[in-house]
Amino acid sequence: MEQYKLSVASSPHASSPVGTKNLMRDVLIALIPAMVMGVWVFGPRALTMTLVSVVFCEIFEWGYCKLMHKPNPIGDLSAAITGVLLVFVCPVTLPYWTIIIGDFFAIVIVKQLFGGLGTNFLNPALAGRAFLMLSYPVPMTTWVLPGKENWVGMLSAADAVTGSTPLSVDFMKSAENASAAVEQFSMSDMFIGNIGGCVGEVSAIALLIGGIYLIAKGVIRIRIPAAYILTVAVLTLVFSRAPEGYNIFLWMLRELFAGGLFLGAFFMATDYVTSPNTPKGEIIFGIGAGLLVVFIRYFGGYPEGVCYSILVMNICVWLIDKYTLPKRFGVTAEMRKAEKEKAKAAKKAAKEGSEA
Amino acid sequence: MKQKFYGGVHPAEHKEATEQKPIQQLAKAPAQVVIPMSMHIGAPCKPVVQKGDTVTVGQLIGATAGLGAPIHASVSGKVVAVEPRPGTGGVPTLSVVIENDFQNTLCPDCKPRENVDALTSQEIIDIIRDAGCTGMGGAGFPTHVKISSAVGKADTIIVNGAECEPYITADHRLMLEHGEKIIGGVRFIMKALQLDHAYIGIEDNKMNAVENLKKLVGDSKDITVQALHTRYPQGAEKQLIQAITGREVPPGKLPADVGCCVFNAATTAAVYDAVALGLPVYQRVTTVTGSAVKNPVNLLAPVGTSFAHLIEEAGGFNGTPARVIGGGPMMGFAQYDMNVTMGKASNCVLCLSKEDLPATSENPTCIRCARCVNACPMHLTPLFMNMFAKDRRWAEVEEYRIMDCMECGCCQYICPARIPLVQQFRTAKFAIRQQAAKK
Repeated sequence: MEQYKLSVASSPHASSPVGTKNLMRDVLIALIPAMVMGVWVFGPRALTMTLVSVVFCEIFEWGYCKLMHKPNPIGDLSAAITGVLLVFVCPVTLPYWTIIIGDFFAIVIVKQLFGGLGTNFLNPALAGRAFLMLSYPVPMTTWVLPGKENWVGMLSAADAVTGSTPLSVDFMKSAENASAAVEQFSMSDMFIGNIGGCVGEVSAIALLIGGIYLIAKGVIRIRIPAAYILTVAVLTLVFSRAPEGYNIFLWMLRELFAGGLFLGAFFMATDYVTSPNTPKGEIIFGIGAGLLVVFIRYFGGYPEGVCYSILVMNICVWLIDKYTLPKRFGVTAEMRKAEKEKAKAAKKAAKEGSEA
Repeated sequence: MKQKFYGGVHPAEHKEATEQKPIQQLAKAPAQVVIPMSMHIGAPCKPVVQKGDTVTVGQLIGATAGLGAPIHASVSGKVVAVEPRPGTGGVPTLSVVIENDFQNTLCPDCKPRENVDALTSQEIIDIIRDAGCTGMGGAGFPTHVKISSAVGKADTIIVNGAECEPYITADHRLMLEHGEKIIGGVRFIMKALQLDHAYIGIEDNKMNAVENLKKLVGDSKDITVQALHTRYPQGAEKQLIQAITGREVPPGKLPADVGCCVFNAATTAAVYDAVALGLPVYQRVTTVTGSAVKNPVNLLAPVGTSFAHLIEEAGGFNGTPARVIGGGPMMGFAQYDMNVTMGKASNCVLCLSKEDLPATSENPTCIRCARCVNACPMHLTPLFMNMFAKDRRWAEVEEYRIMDCMECGCCQYICPARIPLVQQFRTAKFAIRQQAAKK
């Protein structure tokens, strides 16, 4: 038999066709509907902002790795996702330079300084938004009205016609103003996204389509978004802020569609790096974030709580993982109980021994 | 009763190349066979023949020394050497080399047994022992040891016809063409274990095998043929037990501890051959397949046939092979020498071309996607095990239960970052065992 050069390696000798890059690309694909809605509602500036942000995220990522002599990470597309998501959680009127500062904070400070892909403990896009929110609170809360007649200029957004979002403080903090919100924003507008808000968060339907795509493709698991949205749904239903005479179920839907809940639930809370790895942990994470959203919306200073709820839960991820490891194969509840009792008895015996 | 085991993956099956092809005899018998003296778990056998001896098919050539199963000549001819030869495990193994005289003279001891119904449990176990039956699915645990240690303890017999590894169709064809041997073998095992019921578990991508066996069992209630989900590793012992009985084998325990006794389908056929026909294990069905062979086949080949010969039987290499694997793609061993020979547990010779090699990454970076956690059938967290193992923090790796890992490869298969997890875990286990041995 002829001699061939054969490669030898440890098993398995097969690999799934899905690589990191495919996963990242799928996330970008899933963001397209929301992007389209963003452009339709806020004008072409939404698109140019996203492009600028993606380009600068990749530049910062590449530059940092070049500087630190680390392997070139551009191919994995993760910085592009950060770039898109950061714009999606900012108002369309935000100056370009502010976005670039946010990109720098997200990529260099939050991601690369903590080790780069896979080791950051906060969601870079949300941390970038939190940073911009603290540093530039006024431009970060300037909302424009939706629709073509209100589209802002490509370069300068100074001429924007400002308005309020369904979650604005004026509406939510008093019962009579809540009825005004019902009048101003119809249910269908909120579902489709014809409302004021951040670039990518307005259209619940577009985000839902993207989320379902990701779940169907197996890119994300349903546990976090389901636990997250259900928790908010239950709490806003049970402790409803609905104005007098308004159906509380419809009000619950308004609470779900308003703000960045869907964007957060499908695209931010499910970020691999900053979400738990165990099935139980994912559910705890989702419930925790859901509780925080409602607490912040009801009792906090901000009308919207998605960003901070996820950031706070991000910090808890390692703790959650540690205490929610899957049950050991073959160990039944009785065996665990017996083990515990044995340990207790041993402890007791040791204590008695030392006393004697 | 039917339930799923946790996790698992579903790799591309690639079984279509050989699943329609009947089991073939070798077109040309090998001129020489190299029979390793270690084809089972336990101590290697001691050769009882010397250079120059003439042997017949089925003659004892290796006697057990401790735990093990005896080894028999697979061709008739002359012993030309008793020396270490390259083994499929990667290290030279003491082997008996026999030059084939192409006469195929059967050993006079090998003759069909009359009155098999009168055999007692112990007699059956003795016959199985003397015939050298071992687990033919891969691990190669001596069958008689498995039976005798489970007598009185086991209440459930499970025959493993899952064949969950991609590419392999040896058991599938056996179940289709020699279903009566499998059923007959199971009944002997039932008698040996003094039980009156057994399950045969088969993945539902082989429904024709399920139907064939169901038909052969007919109206008798002693054997239940159970279709299982097609999901790797359905054929792993612990996962099969979980899927069929719902029981979980505790860590460090044997299936017999939860009352189960699992036999590979090919093993039960070998048991039938041994008990009814008086034939020891000297040949088996093996699938030679993969994109790098011209004509994939299922072959009935004598133990000790070289990989080179088997590949030639399959029409030779098709283009340039990149990797030749003894066993399936998920748990098989990559070979570097085509002179290694098949043993009792070799169910597949898989030749992959370059395009079929697994994806690798120069800079594998864990993105904590937790696909490995969701795929691990042993409820482990491979990403954390890898994190600690990379830093050689063995104590932590052990805390994350690495010793429960059975190296099925699900985590590495599914890993989008292409981290060589199984290799990392093998290294870690080795280090932990060494540390424990030092103490």
